[in-house]
Amino acid sequence: MNPAIQGLITIIVGVGGCVAYFYFSNQFLDKVIFPATGKNAGRNISRANMVRPWLFLFPAIFALGLYLAYPVVETLRLSLTDRDAGGAFVGLANYEQMMGEPKFWEALRNNFIWLLVVPALSTAFGLLVAQLTDRLSWGSIAKSLIFMPMAISFVGASVIFRLIYVARPEDQAQIGVLNSVWLQFDGGAGSFFVLKLLPALLLLCFIAATAYIIYLLVQPIISGGRSGGGLATAGRALVTVVGAYLIFEALGAIVSLFGAVLPYGEPQQWLTIPFFNNFFLMVVLIWIQTGFAMVILSAALRGIPEETIEAAIIDGANPLQVFFKIKVPQIMGTIVVVWTTVTLTVLKVFDIVFAMTNGQWETQVLANYMFDKLFRANDWGVGSASAIIIMVLVSPILIWNVYNARKEMR
Amino acid sequence: MSAIAGTKSSLTWAVQISTLALVLLWLFPTIGLLVSSFRTVDQINSSGWWASLSAAEQNEVYRAADPDENRVADGDVFVVSGNLFGGEGSKTISVWGTSSRAIDAYTAGETADLGDGETVTVQGNGDYEWVGTDDQISGRGQRIFVTVTSPPEFTFDNYDTVLTGGYSDGGMTRAFFNTLTVTIPATIIPIVVAAFAAYALAWMEFPGRALLIAMVVGLLVVPLQLALIPLLRLHLEIGIGKGYLGTWLAHTGFGLPLAIYLLRNYMVGLPKDIIENAKVDGATDFQIFTKIILPLSFPALASFAIFQFLWTWNDLLVAKVFLIDATGETTVMTNQIVELLGTRGGNWEILATAAFVSIAVPLVVFFMMQKYLVRGLLAGSVK
Repeated sequence: MNPAIQGLITIIVGVGGCVAYFYFSNQFLDKVIFPATGKNAGRNISRANMVRPWLFLFPAIFALGLYLAYPVVETLRLSLTDRDAGGAFVGLANYEQMMGEPKFWEALRNNFIWLLVVPALSTAFGLLVAQLTDRLSWGSIAKSLIFMPMAISFVGASVIFRLIYVARPEDQAQIGVLNSVWLQFDGGAGSFFVLKLLPALLLLCFIAATAYIIYLLVQPIISGGRSGGGLATAGRALVTVVGAYLIFEALGAIVSLFGAVLPYGEPQQWLTIPFFNNFFLMVVLIWIQTGFAMVILSAALRGIPEETIEAAIIDGANPLQVFFKIKVPQIMGTIVVVWTTVTLTVLKVFDIVFAMTNGQWETQVLANYMFDKLFRANDWGVGSASAIIIMVLVSPILIWNVYNARKEMR
Repeated sequence: MSAIAGTKSSLTWAVQISTLALVLLWLFPTIGLLVSSFRTVDQINSSGWWASLSAAEQNEVYRAADPDENRVADGDVFVVSGNLFGGEGSKTISVWGTSSRAIDAYTAGETADLGDGETVTVQGNGDYEWVGTDDQISGRGQRIFVTVTSPPEFTFDNYDTVLTGGYSDGGMTRAFFNTLTVTIPATIIPIVVAAFAAYALAWMEFPGRALLIAMVVGLLVVPLQLALIPLLRLHLEIGIGKGYLGTWLAHTGFGLPLAIYLLRNYMVGLPKDIIENAKVDGATDFQIFTKIILPLSFPALASFAIFQFLWTWNDLLVAKVFLIDATGETTVMTNQIVELLGTRGGNWEILATAAFVSIAVPLVVFFMMQKYLVRGLLAGSVK
């Protein structure tokens, strides 16, 4: 049969069945079980109205329960069993096995870097574009062009960026932009500025930003009093420790950057350079997510009352001060939401790594590690265990979401 | 106030230029793919796509026609003549040579003296004439190294190959219809289910409503990776196995939290009077829903439909787990492209075209329905 006709038939059956359920179940309720006629008409109508919400909700609750709630419990159970032993309970053995694998730690480390870099850069670029296009006459065109990658699949984006990273042997014409640019460097003054000084300055900016965040967090504790309870203090301490570690790493990176001997003039296989290839993969996700951040942040920027900005300008604030001291604090809530949403995407991202490197050359991430365990190694136990790890990483956001929703409902 | 106006005008140019730079940076990768998909294999391999509008230069090797069959006697010498490119094409030879150590020894139109009276002449359009004695013009054809410049060339051949070149050869037509078969029901079913649920959660009174809403919000963030193993086992046990039905159900389940959340947020904001008036007039909830709420909720329905469409069209994971079986008959486009990356990793004409075919539909939807997409994003994230 022609695939088009086959597709059409399946579409009609699938959608038709769904619509039929709602129509006939309501008809059945009103006409057969509780008919709105006869001597019990009034009672029947009110009874029918008590049942109806559940009739409306049933498919949704059923699907949500079966496809999202039940798997959480079942995956937890599976992660404690062994498939080879016929599903016998093995306690934490799967977790132990997973912890013993270097690939798992590699995935965890890479995921940590992804979580650090992608949400931050997507939000920053999104905010930058939102601010730049705010008053521009062609702003809406610029926005929709930057928003466009949203519509492109991760796999499609991977192909797009593979074309950028592709390397050919030295004696052939380079068809990848990155290598074509790279071959322009020859170790002279220009190369020093672009490849060493510029990255070092970026790292310094990162160090400064991290140090400033630590300062903001630590200052209330030192000055005494209003640190807000034990849990908050512990959180601040944790962020401080992580921040200090990052500063240390960044300093080390600057030192090694100046010591490094770069392979000028040779085409590079970008995706096979350990550690740095992670960043080449992250670029793909940042490219996709920036548009999303921009749309939401630009709506938030529009929502800022004009008076506050006008007042600041009259008081002599320059554009940078207006942006960082007036606008950013007012949209902080939205920035956090955007940051969180991108973080969720990062945790779940699988396609990009799968399509570009498949976790080789030290680019493994948790989601792809899990897929590997599941469908290559056929190990449901360890696969489930890694899925649970992803769930654990997501759960703070889940709790925060529910907490916010409940606050709103009151 | 003049100071404010002055500040703005001096900054305007900087803003315009940096915005333009960012937009170009964001567009650059996609344009590369688009341009590559219209280039010929030779052109892709001889220059980067950014140079596609200028003539490409390329080194090629040809062999003169077989002397034993094609030589023509001309007095006491023999002549083999013909065209290196087979008489077609728009390539131009700039320099050429007869040995691999000096491939640029002669310019077009010059005659190379190979010693003992044997000569080769190559014209710019590829016409050659090889002249020599009986002994010299025998055996295999003379090798000729040429450096050709070919003018920019764009073609639809790649699309022809990808779309009609047969399934095993990267033909995407089947995958295209498979993707459509997955996408359309997987977009419509969750909308229908979620619209009824959202109406119940927004406008019907029943115990446990707040709890249900909190549950939906919580499930918004549950990673779908968690669902893969238990549900695949379940599908295999109850006999759905791997196939369209299971995929629709999975996409419906995974799309529902966002759908219910978006639609409920929207429906709560609808005017209460209309619904109460309808109730007083004796309309049932089913009638209110289909006659009043659904038409009024069109913007929210549209925005979710776009989300779900983009998500199901672009999905790889769900299809890989719940749909694609050993026969590979039900493969979707994203999977097809990943396979091409493995088998045709160097064939950019096939890869770029296949990728662009899969990107085209979402892009069209995106640009047509952008208004609703943005509205949905804002309703879902800023509330």
